[in-house]
Formats: sequence, structure tokens, C-alpha cells
Amino acid sequence: MSALPAEASGPRAAEASASLLEAIGLGKRFRGLAAVDEVSLDLCVGEIHAVIGTNGAGKSTLINLLSGELAPSAGSIRFGGDDVTRWSQPRRARAGLGRSYQRTTIFAEFSVLENCRLAAQAKEPRPWLVWERAADDRRGIATATRALAAAGLDGDADRIASTLSHGAKRQLEIAMCLATGPRALLLDEPLAGMGAEETGRMLTLLSGLKATHAILLVEHDMDAVFRVADRITVMVNGQVIASDVPERIRNDRAVREAYLGDDH
Amino acid sequence: MASDGAGNEASAEVGAGDVRAVVGALPDIGRHEAGGWLVPGAAALAIAALPLVLSPYAQDVVVRIAIYAIFALSLELLVGATGLVSLGHAAFLGIGAYVTVRASGDSGGSLALLLPLAMGGAAAYAVVVGALSLRTRGVYFIMVTLAFAQMAYFVVHDTKAGGGSDGIFLYVKPTLAIAGKTLLDLGERMPLYYTVLAALVATYAFIALLLGSRFGHALAGIRVNEQRMRAAGFSTTPYKLAAFVIAGALAGLAGLLLAVKDGAVNPELLSWHESGAVLLMVIFGGIGSLRGAVIGATCFTLLKELFQSEALLGSLASHWQLTLGLTIIAFVAALPRGLIGLGARLRVMRPGGLAKAGARPSR
Repeated sequence: MSALPAEASGPRAAEASASLLEAIGLGKRFRGLAAVDEVSLDLCVGEIHAVIGTNGAGKSTLINLLSGELAPSAGSIRFGGDDVTRWSQPRRARAGLGRSYQRTTIFAEFSVLENCRLAAQAKEPRPWLVWERAADDRRGIATATRALAAAGLDGDADRIASTLSHGAKRQLEIAMCLATGPRALLLDEPLAGMGAEETGRMLTLLSGLKATHAILLVEHDMDAVFRVADRITVMVNGQVIASDVPERIRNDRAVREAYLGDDH
Repeated sequence: MASDGAGNEASAEVGAGDVRAVVGALPDIGRHEAGGWLVPGAAALAIAALPLVLSPYAQDVVVRIAIYAIFALSLELLVGATGLVSLGHAAFLGIGAYVTVRASGDSGGSLALLLPLAMGGAAAYAVVVGALSLRTRGVYFIMVTLAFAQMAYFVVHDTKAGGGSDGIFLYVKPTLAIAGKTLLDLGERMPLYYTVLAALVATYAFIALLLGSRFGHALAGIRVNEQRMRAAGFSTTPYKLAAFVIAGALAGLAGLLLAVKDGAVNPELLSWHESGAVLLMVIFGGIGSLRGAVIGATCFTLLKELFQSEALLGSLASHWQLTLGLTIIAFVAALPRGLIGLGARLRVMRPGGLAKAGARPSR
């Protein structure tokens, strides 16, 4: 399993450029309103692909479509060579499609370690062996411990999750995602509500993870996006209006008009 | 102990003992209760010794309590552990009881046959009810489980095979015999007493085992945050269905024992009153605790005995539903965490105790 950032000396991004996750003409209509319209994009290992756009541009809906929480009205999704359009969310998750939520979605009353161990348990065989104690789940605990270390929470393993600071909860959200051993990460505003220091730590973590993971980053913090993204897709009203490397997005006239404003 | 461990920020601020209680609860997500197996083990031994001092009538009450404790424990697996509030649990009790009586026939049956039939029958109905009701959530789930229980109620109430509103007698109680030698005759008082006690111990131990396993932790995860469980890769419906069927089978076990103890069944066993009563037992004792379910069943049954007693209360006894209801409302208002939270509550009220602990129910 390779949930964790490879060593800095590991194989670099460019070598694995074949796309891992691919959306083709994806659409979602809610009562006639197109929340996501004809969106095509792909994610590659070794790349942070940021999706930006105003509120209501369809970014979270896009993540919900990719992760399987919503069924698309049109288009298809390929993941690791399989057409996963009709796969349930749990099945996609077990295949290695991990996601985090904009609104912190953790097991508030469990310990931090148990949050991650439980996430890791999803892939373990034979859950019906009721005489095996969860507390003795060595594989799960080891995976969880590594995920916590990667997310910078190793000191907090024994705390109850609800007692963590907001930033630490966001880190836990990522750690739980990592504990499932994903190949692709769909991160919905992981920096929301974080302070400068916490943001810096999270960006370092994401940069470390990209060597071994394909990462989709939905984020409002433009400075952060331009710091870490390798590619940026801009959405307006459910449609993609531009998708390119950060430099060109920064100078793209349509994007500036629609979204970025003159201060960029 | 659940009331200490379950996400209670306040506990972290208190004395070393409480902090240890929180940390100790961690690997098993707050379901470890104080004293581990010591308390339930001692309680089982005490119940085993009770016939030495109790009158036959009082022993009868103990048997009834133990049967309802099994019933309440089975519902606790759904309500407390998985977060599924079912208002139709009596259907499974009733099916277990009716299957026992019907399969016994006029000449009595073997426990080795009746036990799998009663539990299997209840489990089979639970598969159907669960498969359909688990598509819904919250109050809809409550209504759908209630509807299925009412369906079962009217089947036994209004059909000849079900015996109608008068119910059916169980003329010959089950026995357990090996090679023609009778090992156990449930028609006798003591064998019944200890069989019921053994069933209670087995049910308690089984559910405790379940909750500590990876399966049980997955159920807890579903209760706390099903969305996250699905995002992590758990297909949650099969887990919930498994819990529903296990709970149904254990309720069927309680039904078998109840039919044997009473020597008769009637449609009231499947009524929504019964479903409501067992839910009250779980809430009364304290949701999220196996001990709470047992304590709730005990106190509920004893209070019912008390308020139904004409010798003690005279004509008020005919209004026992009112007095019992008011008493339970008073208890639940004073102890939002149920009777099991009494200890924590007393600690708070002690001078210098916690200001905040116990103020917020753990869920």
C-alpha cells in the first residue's frame, strides 16, 4: 500500500503521466439546472490539478460526481482503466478513489487513531470474523499510524477527534482519506478556515503526496492554488472555461474577466 | 464507560481518574464500561444464586426480567450500536413465540429444533423488513418498521393459522433430550430459570463480542457518520442489514423463552405497545450501553409489577400505564442518559464535581 508520500528521492511526477482518473463530458442537472455541464478533465499521478471557480460554479458537485456520491446525468468517468460511471461510492473508494469533504466529516466521538483505523478497515477482508478484536487490528492500526504521521497528527493519536482544533480536524480528514490507501485524492477545500501556518503545513503535505497520488484540489485560496497547482481548471456556471498551467491561467483574459479580478 | 468516553470534552478537563477513563476507552471507542466483565459477571452469579432466597413468584419475575433483558439487548444492537431506531421490534419477539408454539404442536417439541426455528423465523422476517426499511432513514425508518410489525400483528390476529385474538396455548413445554434421555425439561421451574439465565448471559456476551469486533466498530462508524463510512469504502447497507437480522434473531430467542414461560402466546406480543415498551427499556436504561439495556428492562418490569399491584395501590393499579408512563417521563427528564448515567450524574452533583460533565448526552 502506498498511501503515504514517497521519500523525496522517489520517482518524480513526469514519469507517470498517463491519466488515472478521467471525466468525459460529465453533466449533472438538478431540476433542469445544469450544475455541471459537459465537463471533461483528467488527473495524473504526480500532478496537483486545481479546480477553481466562484461559489455555485459546480466544483463540489463535480467532486460528488467523481467520487460517486451523485450519479451523473451525462458523460462517463474512467478510473485506472475501468469505466466506473455506474460504480457505487464505496466500490470506487475501495478501488482507490479517496475524497475529503468541505464540511469536516469525521467520527467526532472516536479517538483520532480510531478514525483512521476505521477508514483503513474498509479494505480489510472478512469483516464478519466477530471474534477478531478491532483493537487487535494490527494492519489497520499500522496503516492508521502511518497516515497520521503523514498528515502531521502523530502526537494526537489518542485524543478524541472532537477535541482537535479546526485545522487539526482538517488534517485528520486528509489522514482518514490516506488511511484508505487511495491512488487519487479528491480534496474539497482542504484549506477552508485554516490559519497561515496550518495552510503552509497542508500545502507541504499535498506537495509531498503528489509524487504517489493523483490529486484534484478544489480550493478558494488563490495564493495557495497558484503555489502548489500544476494545472488549473476554471469553472463558471458549471462549465469549464479554461484549463491550463498556472502561468497561462493567470494571464488568460476570459478567466480574468470571469473570475480572478484585476489584482491578479 | 460509555458516558465517560463518548466524545465528552468536559472529561478531559477533570481529575486524573477521569482522564484515564477517557484514554482507556480509546481502542474500543467508548464502549468499554467501568469494571469490564466484573460487573456483569458478578450480576450473573447473583442472579444464579437468587432462587435460594426468592419465592417461586419472585423467581417468576426474575425470569420475565431476564427475557425482557434479552429483548432489550437485541434492540440496543440496533438503536444504541448502529443508530437505527426501530419501532417494530416486537414483530420478531412475536414471531419467535408463535413459531415455538406452532412447531411444538400438541406433543411438545425439542429445544434443539425449536431454537433454530424460532430464531430463524424471526431472522427471515428481519431480512425482508430490513431489506425494505433500510432504504429509508430517521422517522421514515421508524414508520416503516412500525408498519411491518403491524402487518405481522394483523396476520396472527386475524387468521386462523395465527390463532386469532385469543392466541394459542403451548400445552407441552419443550425439552432437550439426547438418545432418549431428557437433559432439560423447560416445563419445570429450575431448568427454565437457568436456561433463561444462560440465554441472557450468552446474548450479552455475544453482543459485547460483536461490538468489540471490526464489524461492531463499523456499525459504530455508521451510527456516527454513515457518509464518511461510504466515502472510506464501506458498503453500509449490508452491515446495517446484518445488524438488523442478528437483532431480529435474538428477539426471536426472547420470544421463544417468553412463550415457554407463559405457556401461551397472543397477538399482543407483536403489538406496537410491546415495540414501544422495549424501546422505552433501552432509553430508560441508557442508550449506548449493554448494561443500560439490562437495567432498563429490569426497572421497567419491576415498576410495571409495582404499578399493577392491586395489593399495594388499590384501584390505581388499573391505571398502571399512566403511573408507569409518568414515572418514566420523570426519570428520563432527570437522567437524559438513562439510569446508567446515574453514577456520572451523582459525581457531578457532588460539591466540587464537574460543572459540565453529563450536561450533554453523548449523542
